[in-house]
Amino acid sequence: MPTPAELQERIRAALPGAEVNVDDLTGGGDHFRAEVVSDRFEGLSRIQQHKLVYDVFGPEIGGAIHALSIKTSTPGATP
Amino acid sequence: MTNDEIRDFIQHAIDENGVMLFMKGTPDQPSCGFSARAAGALNALGVQYAALDILPDPRIREELSGVSGWPTIPQLFVNKELVGGSDIIMEMFESGELAQLLGVEQPEALPEDDPQPAPARQPIGLENRLD
Repeated sequence: MPTPAELQERIRAALPGAEVNVDDLTGGGDHFRAEVVSDRFEGLSRIQQHKLVYDVFGPEIGGAIHALSIKTSTPGATP
Repeated sequence: MTNDEIRDFIQHAIDENGVMLFMKGTPDQPSCGFSARAAGALNALGVQYAALDILPDPRIREELSGVSGWPTIPQLFVNKELVGGSDIIMEMFESGELAQLLGVEQPEALPEDDPQPAPARQPIGLENRLD
């Protein structure tokens, strides 16, 4: 079962320098919320930003990770 | 129905409906909180939209994700373009961007626990075609 710390680490590894916070929304190890601040998102649409995060997990989304709620922003933007 | 036919049906639904929501359940009876929020946002804006329940056949979701490149449900398309899943829909709803995109007025008070009735439009379904 994936843990928030594990998800956090994998997002950080994929987006070096990103500020990442992952919460387990239900405590059940399958509904997560990730807040990611990265300069990699600069100039990308929200769709593209969220896809970068989803892509870290590929087919695990909808599988072991039943739901991953995402909030993305760039370092310069107000949250 | 073959996978290709399902994919064609999905593509057709996206092409033919200016505002197209793929969801779990229906706008009246959503089967998942994320889908409920997405439908609720559209209902609150009072826009006409088409909805397709992806639950009757697991292949609908597989083919939809193949078309859109997006892994989760719900998925909202406006003018054939993927707008996003529930997080993006809600962010855009709260900021007024969704109203702007859909060409409607932002409601003055955002409904929280007061679900709006869906505008009269039947959800489209694949159920009867899957035999």
